Amino acid sequence: MTLLVRERVEVAGPPPDRPPFWTMRRRDELAGWLFVAPQLAGIIAFVLVPLGLVVWYSLHEWSVLADTFDYVGLGNYSALADDPRLGPALRATGLFSLGLVVLNLSLALFLAVLLNQKLRGTVVFRTLFFSPVVVTLVAWTIVWGFLLQDNGGINGFLELLGIDGPNWLRGDATAMISVIVVQLFKNVGLNMVLFLAALQGVPAELYEAARIDGASAWARFRRITVPLISPTILLTSILTVVGSLQVFAQIAVLTQGGPGTSTTVLIYYLYQQAFQFHHFGYGATISLLLFVIVLALTALQWRMRRKLSFYED
Amino acid sequence: MKLRTLTAAGLAAALLALAGCGGDSDDPGSQGPVDLRMTIWSANAKHTALFDQIAAAYKKDHPEVGKITFESIPMENYTTTLTTQIGGGNVPDLAWILESSAPDFVTSGALAPIDKDPDLLPSTTTNWEQDGQLFAYPFSTSPMGVFVNTDLVTAAGRQTPAQQVAAGTWTWEQAAATGAAVQQKSGKGGIVVGDFDFKGWDTLTAVWGGWGARPWSEDGKTCEFDKPEMVDAMTFIHKMAFTDKAMPGPGITSDFYAGDAAMVLTQISRAALLEKAKFKWDLVPLPTGPKGEYAVVGQAGIGVLKRGEHVDAAKDFLKFFSNQENSAKLAQFFPPPRKSQLTTATLAKANPLLKPAQLQSVVINGIESGVIKSSHTGYAEVQQTVRAALDPLWQPNADVQKVLTEICAKINPLLSK
Repeated sequence: MTLLVRERVEVAGPPPDRPPFWTMRRRDELAGWLFVAPQLAGIIAFVLVPLGLVVWYSLHEWSVLADTFDYVGLGNYSALADDPRLGPALRATGLFSLGLVVLNLSLALFLAVLLNQKLRGTVVFRTLFFSPVVVTLVAWTIVWGFLLQDNGGINGFLELLGIDGPNWLRGDATAMISVIVVQLFKNVGLNMVLFLAALQGVPAELYEAARIDGASAWARFRRITVPLISPTILLTSILTVVGSLQVFAQIAVLTQGGPGTSTTVLIYYLYQQAFQFHHFGYGATISLLLFVIVLALTALQWRMRRKLSFYED
Repeated sequence: MKLRTLTAAGLAAALLALAGCGGDSDDPGSQGPVDLRMTIWSANAKHTALFDQIAAAYKKDHPEVGKITFESIPMENYTTTLTTQIGGGNVPDLAWILESSAPDFVTSGALAPIDKDPDLLPSTTTNWEQDGQLFAYPFSTSPMGVFVNTDLVTAAGRQTPAQQVAAGTWTWEQAAATGAAVQQKSGKGGIVVGDFDFKGWDTLTAVWGGWGARPWSEDGKTCEFDKPEMVDAMTFIHKMAFTDKAMPGPGITSDFYAGDAAMVLTQISRAALLEKAKFKWDLVPLPTGPKGEYAVVGQAGIGVLKRGEHVDAAKDFLKFFSNQENSAKLAQFFPPPRKSQLTTATLAKANPLLKPAQLQSVVINGIESGVIKSSHTGYAEVQQTVRAALDPLWQPNADVQKVLTEICAKINPLLSK
């Protein structure tokens, strides 16, 4: 019996009928990855890795001076839940954010509508309202600090009108109002410009048609302007809410969290715990709480976009 | 193939980097010169010029030392910045340390022990010692004094504090009356407590010392804000600010050095700010309080960080920086802790702006008998908690006793830690 073995012979010939590795799809994928690579590298290095480290730190008690780094499990989290200073800090944060978002969006929209009129001098006013956006934050705050002193510019002006102004930065309520106003005027110009751009994209025919139908100015604003700029309203509200939760320099320069703890917002409390009191592990835990709050608010606004925003670009 | 080349290159780079890190030992023989860095809070050009001069003299005899840098960090955030640098692994070799954070630095083991010169006054080193070892050189031991704008005081029709010192009537009651008179006559500020601004409450030690009050017990475990002496002292301060207007109230700035206030209570090392003053000024000791005469001293030490890269080199430089000769040079800005140099002759040479009598009454007597400004472990947290709890006191109708009792409720848990 003969066993027939079939030998495989390598034959040099035309290439096997195998699809090339670099298919069009793979090339597109690679190009896509290359385009996002710089941004992705930045996010990994400056967002994801630090975020992971913050979670790691929050599980430890880190004494910088003694150079000790002890695992405490969820100790920092239970300490945060029991911290009597957390409630006032959350309250101050809520008050600041609410005050700022409401005032900022209303004023920005009001200014944008005013400056959208075809009147002389609007360019000057636009520049005027936008200029604080480009001023250095700390310089801006220091100047306001002088104005808000008991014997400062604002009370001097009020005195001319026969009004005895309050000691702005020393009263619980007035200190909070002061930091909100300082932040409001600093950034209202940015939202104003965004609203202005949105307003200029509203077709003039719609207003014309409404006017012919006899719609009042308020009806035109409510029925045409607001729905058509709603994506911008959503965008600015997200930006302002997130920004308001990150307010730091104004508090650090003007009130240092006082009087009492009336302006100790969450991020300033975090700074105190981590950098002033050297409780870095506990500070990391507070920063995670802040992260969760920002994430939740942004997600909420994003989910509400169908109700808030009448169409998406 | 390409991948393999890349991996090999990456590995080589990593190894080189590791080798680079491993080379940071404290062995000057194996590598180039050793660079030293000292963090300071002064940005005064005259101070840094003197430090650079001392560093240059040291380098002449120490070729193994390369650059010696004095890194100025603003005073307001000094300790925060320093500890953040340490936490981030960017540890300076030497650092100035404020008296308030001395316990934190000394007890945590962050500092390396240094040699103790027998010439150092014992009262100046207690804050910086543990278990018989010295952990920082108290290079500045600056008593609190009262700088007086005599032009404003005379214009208000009051005796000058110097005349009152001579007559034995320089008391807090008289000082407050002078402050109130100046405020009423000129509209300018009366008595300014330096660096207080109704936030830095620990500077009030310069006032409540006269009542024999202190924020906590000797062992640091019990709050004493609610003790009768403190209540009396704080009631007096409240009255000065809100009733008599003898001191500028909260939210009002009066710059003494610009001629806007009658007096400022501050450390005598601030005399340099008066070099170009356009008014006549004087320096007198703190007024006497109900408990009689007292003195308060602010301190600063220089420590060698244990986790710095060149501990031995840093210790050696500190020894040179603080030796007899250099201490005499530093005395023009920072009152020295050395017995041999606490004489009017040495101090007068270094402080031309001050008269021998002023030096004797404020500096020498102050350093020898003064109470060091308050300090505690975990000071920043205690400081901040008191600051927040004290804010209700700075209202016209405050209930002093109630506010001070609440302070104790808030800080006792921190003190007993």
